[in-house]
Amino acid sequence: MLLTDPVAVRASEGGNRMPAAPAGSLVEILLVEDSPDHADLMIEALNEGTLRIKINLVENGADAVAYLRRQDAFAGATLPDLILLDLGLPRMNGHEVLAEIKGDEHLRRIPIVILTGSLNEEDFVRAYDLQANCCVAKPQDLEEFTRAVQMIERFWRTVPRRS
Amino acid sequence: MNLLLNGVRPVEILLVDDDAGTSELTMEALSEGRVRNRVHWVENGEEALEFLRREGRFADAPRPDLVLLDVNMPRKNGLEVLAEMKDDPSWRRIPVVIMTSSTKEEHVRAAYDRHANCYVNKPVEVDKFKDVIGTIEDFWLGLVRYLAA
Repeated sequence: MLLTDPVAVRASEGGNRMPAAPAGSLVEILLVEDSPDHADLMIEALNEGTLRIKINLVENGADAVAYLRRQDAFAGATLPDLILLDLGLPRMNGHEVLAEIKGDEHLRRIPIVILTGSLNEEDFVRAYDLQANCCVAKPQDLEEFTRAVQMIERFWRTVPRRS
Repeated sequence: MNLLLNGVRPVEILLVDDDAGTSELTMEALSEGRVRNRVHWVENGEEALEFLRREGRFADAPRPDLVLLDVNMPRKNGLEVLAEMKDDPSWRRIPVVIMTSSTKEEHVRAAYDRHANCYVNKPVEVDKFKDVIGTIEDFWLGLVRYLAA
């Protein structure tokens, strides 16, 4: 599946094999989200920004780790500039994914924004303890949800990317 | 979205920067923002740690919700402060935004290795600088979920 820029591709469909764009021209985001509705909303909101963005979507925690380690179906994956990570995920939850990534010296510098519907303070405490770069509660309201995703995009646009 | 934005109290920001000019600009930009905040400015890394420990003249200091931290500073640089904060269980959940004029890749890597929450370049131009502060404010004060303590 190959779309014109800005692009959103489902990583498991081979989108990860897209050739990398010249440095500085494209921001790669790994979106880890099991809800198709939320994922669609986020991709739409991100694509409304001014950045050229390539979004790779995986739908569970185990795939997120496999993607980052370029295992199996994800052998051709490129490391993302930013990870948007849900917490309530099947096959390895968000906290477990966070612990794996931040415990891996090759991956730990990739900024991770936790975006979750959880209202449980303990979930946020654990995420910060596991070195999440920041935590954002998913707003219930549709417009606020879109705005939140766009604020994430706008802020991380100012952050220099790894070479 | 943010528990602190319900009018109970302002967001407490610790600004650590030895440059008076950029610190004034930062405080000015933050005071113009939509989110009620209070900025506490210290000029070097040792003072930042004294503030966090509530030592000496900082005995009444609040626990900051957010730290804006320069890198190149006298008497303990920003990376040393960052390492001490993130090694301490009582401070490590406080988000630290590294704000520096350095664009060196090794500095970005060193900051993320020490668990900086993010790394932002300070633009030299005043208008762009204020834009960046505004973006930091929108995101870190308006959206990010903080912890009560």
